[in-house]
Amino acid sequence: MTTLSQTLASDALTSGRLPRFTAPVAVVASILVGVAIAILAADGNLAVAALFGFALYLVVMEVAARVVEGARQASDRRASTLISGAFILALLPLGSVAWEAISKGIARFDLNFFTMSMRNVVGAGGGAAHAIYGTLYVTGLASLMSIPVGLLTAIYLSEYGRGTRLARSITFFVDVMTGIPSIVAGLFAYALMGLLIGPGFKSGFSGSIALSVLMIPVVVRSSEEILRLVPNELREASYALGVPKWLTIVRIVIPTAISGLISGIILSIARVIGETAPLLIAAGFTASLNNNPFDNPMMTLPVFVYDSYARPGIDVQAYLDRAWAGALTLILIVMLLNLIGRLIARRFAPKTGR
Amino acid sequence: MRIKPFAAAALVTATALAFAGCAANETPAAGGTTGGSQTLTGVGSSAQKAAQEKWVADFQTANPNITVNYSPDGSGAGRSQFIAGAANFAGSDRPFKDDEMGAGKFAGCAADSNALNLPVYISPIAVVFNVEGVKELTFDPATLAGIFAGKITKWSDPAIAKTNPGVTLPDAAITAVHRGDDSGTTNNFTDTLNKTAPEVWTEAAADTFPAAFGGEAANGTSGVIQAVTNGKNIIGYADESQAGTLGKASILVGGKALQPTADAAAAILDHSETVPGRDANDLAYSLNRTSEGVYPAVLVSYAIVCQTYKDSSVATLVKDYVGYMASAEGQQAAAQAAGSAPLSSALQAKVKTAIDSIK
Amino acid sequence: MSQKLTRESDVASGQPEPTPPPARPDPKRPGETIFRGFAVGAGIAILAILAAVAAFLLIQGSPALLADPAELATHGYGEFVEWVLPYVFGTVWAAVLALAMAVPVAIGIALFISHYAPRRLAQPLGYIIDLLAAVPSVVFGLWGSNVLATGVQPLFTWLNANLGFIPLFSGQVSGTGRTILTAAIVLATMVLPIITSLCREVFLQTPKLHEEAALALGATRWEMVKMAVLPFARPGIIAAVMLGLGRALGETMAVTMVLSGGRNITFQVLTSENPNSIAAQIAQNFPEAFGLKTSQLIAAGLVLFLITLAVNMIARWIVARRAAYSGAN
Repeated sequence: MTTLSQTLASDALTSGRLPRFTAPVAVVASILVGVAIAILAADGNLAVAALFGFALYLVVMEVAARVVEGARQASDRRASTLISGAFILALLPLGSVAWEAISKGIARFDLNFFTMSMRNVVGAGGGAAHAIYGTLYVTGLASLMSIPVGLLTAIYLSEYGRGTRLARSITFFVDVMTGIPSIVAGLFAYALMGLLIGPGFKSGFSGSIALSVLMIPVVVRSSEEILRLVPNELREASYALGVPKWLTIVRIVIPTAISGLISGIILSIARVIGETAPLLIAAGFTASLNNNPFDNPMMTLPVFVYDSYARPGIDVQAYLDRAWAGALTLILIVMLLNLIGRLIARRFAPKTGR
Repeated sequence: MRIKPFAAAALVTATALAFAGCAANETPAAGGTTGGSQTLTGVGSSAQKAAQEKWVADFQTANPNITVNYSPDGSGAGRSQFIAGAANFAGSDRPFKDDEMGAGKFAGCAADSNALNLPVYISPIAVVFNVEGVKELTFDPATLAGIFAGKITKWSDPAIAKTNPGVTLPDAAITAVHRGDDSGTTNNFTDTLNKTAPEVWTEAAADTFPAAFGGEAANGTSGVIQAVTNGKNIIGYADESQAGTLGKASILVGGKALQPTADAAAAILDHSETVPGRDANDLAYSLNRTSEGVYPAVLVSYAIVCQTYKDSSVATLVKDYVGYMASAEGQQAAAQAAGSAPLSSALQAKVKTAIDSIK
Repeated sequence: MSQKLTRESDVASGQPEPTPPPARPDPKRPGETIFRGFAVGAGIAILAILAAVAAFLLIQGSPALLADPAELATHGYGEFVEWVLPYVFGTVWAAVLALAMAVPVAIGIALFISHYAPRRLAQPLGYIIDLLAAVPSVVFGLWGSNVLATGVQPLFTWLNANLGFIPLFSGQVSGTGRTILTAAIVLATMVLPIITSLCREVFLQTPKLHEEAALALGATRWEMVKMAVLPFARPGIIAAVMLGLGRALGETMAVTMVLSGGRNITFQVLTSENPNSIAAQIAQNFPEAFGLKTSQLIAAGLVLFLITLAVNMIARWIVARRAAYSGAN
């Protein structure tokens, strides 16, 4: 009796501990009961099983911990469970999207898909070579415009303009710019080229302008953060040696931050390479390969995916297969870019000893 | 350490350019912009897309030096860009209206030239459904209008049962799917309901599905088909060629249940008049959806061209390409590739005369 | 967050900003002038681009804004304010729903990676979540309409049948599952990695001393998080949420493909009739738009732009206010 009252004195520092095996056992038991409930009540629906299992685990552990360990420990356990649960929850859509893309994309993920365009192809067959090249051209040009502008702005914000009115307003408007809806960027680029060259003008370059509008703020934001992390001691040492400020930036600040800068830039490329809506409007649509980004419409991979899905011909399955194969290709390209960014970041990580 | 981001970006771009694309199925000369080759630009209706894809493929195979780009941006975009002179021809789900026509209004045409509206693509609009245990359905126009107007909400409604004797209808709610985006399909479908059941369908025909009638919206033909396929107890309307294995309802016209077939659709132009007061070669039709034996929900899509082009080389290209579209061969190719209804041979002849008059 | 970092680096260097080299350009060193000129020029170029975007929206949208309502009714989509209001509501409502789902999960994931997961696993786990950001929106659209909508439909029917007395879940449940709740789930998935990665960075910046002090006082891990990490990170979390909100407001393709969008203002989240979002409305109708309708869509784009502007201003204001009063420092 005394032991029980001691355990119930919840805030005592000397409260008991649950045996170590409690949590794993409870996990397994909850899953089993969850699956059982799902089979009995919901035709073996896995989502229902997971939901019931998780709820059951929460309740069991809460009761057990409250009785044996006290309220504080119980809430600690509850928080741990919920936080781990959040992580697992996020894996569900990721797993589902990956599974869809792979299982449906693999059907047309063949050599022809990467070597053929859609020129003179009706129904089955063909490929996305024209769209893949188009995406490379459009994204490459967009990077060529956005990276210098974004990087120089970041340099201005972190090195020259700290605290000035201009810098403050640039920071604010860069934030506003991150919120520009992608479709508005597309409309803007389309109207701008229409004004400069002629009505209805569509080209890969128009698409790059639209992507630049979306990409520049991302480059500025990430680069600015990275440049600010460069320790001031380095700059001061350089000044003390009589090196002018601009050379200090070019030779000291940027090399120190290079890994972060590159990975930030690569992530910004990954951010825009999958944009569909602006390219649909600005870069247009064609079935043929176009190697000149400055004239005539240019196909891109996201537009290819959207078009194959949204406007199929007869034998819809051939079009859907191509759409999923395109989606898979797009995901793989972006993943590759992410991976490269991370590898560079790790390879050249600055040794600032934080 | 020495790799500057600039250099890295330049490197990436340079690599991309070094690949300087080639596609196995394209001859180098056909690259679209290479010297010596010609490009014809068409913009417009996405309903025509599948047919245009086939026409373009056939035409480019026959003329390897010509690239035809047909952007299925939509009829509105097609008309705007034709007016602005950015498109050599437009594909449109409706002809230009009287106040939009007029000599000198079109930048790509000669100063005294009007536009010509030529029907090139006819396709029935099917009422598709996905109802548990039901294979065939027949509606009279008033019931159909009632369903899409949100006035008939249960599959077991007596109005539906009346025209479907022997069919076991579930006691379930109807989800009626319509196009969420503006479209010529919606325009023709709402026009059908308005003409055949004016007392139920009180809204005039429009590209936008009337918001007041509610229902479920889906983006594009494929969105409607997908919603109907994936859902339960659903009805929707879409281009017949995309209906796939879904059930297609018959519509009662003058006591006869008509399926959305190519023949029943193509007949509509034989029962309709051209818009009065236009040039003899302008073949803009106002559709008569209430004649007997004709499936009423039909989409007629046009190619819009100039009477006289500013640039005579463009005129030749347009005559060749649009001429192929409207030819017996072209219509047959489209019927196979896109499931459209071929123009009747009388109409083919009329369109040919009109195309021959293009300068 | 940027303010935080500045402050930290200042503290680290132990003194105020370094005195810049002579302000007057040295005639023997034109490099300085040129480089500085480029940097300032790039900053101004960004302002110019943004001004150009705003000007474009204003000029192209003005015909619809200035037009006679009667003319808009015949040649456009109808009276502008009345027309755009449901879409404004839909845009904000979908984004709010998405954030309501994404924020708790994102904070949980960020905490998991920064304070709960084994150190060695933290980086790979972070990479896995970042993979979600790698999925293009068109793929999310395909997934949302093909897989998610069909998957959640039975759940919606159940919610409607059993919890239908809550206004949120009332009404005629959709037969396809393509409701605003589904769209919000897709949006939540899309903004999750954005919020997570920012929160994670902020959580990692929590002063070690605060955490250790809390643990030394006998706090459990959760109590330490509540006492030391969350108060410190609050401005950063708000900034992250606002960034996610910006993304959710402007997302186009996924919403277009997933949502059954109409023009009604309703809080019911399970029915077929949902308010569409502005971005999706533009994307859907731009192809068929003609004349005045085009202007009207672009004017709607202007409205969306203004909403984004307002969200950013509010975020900035909150962060500034919170930073001033934050007890953690």
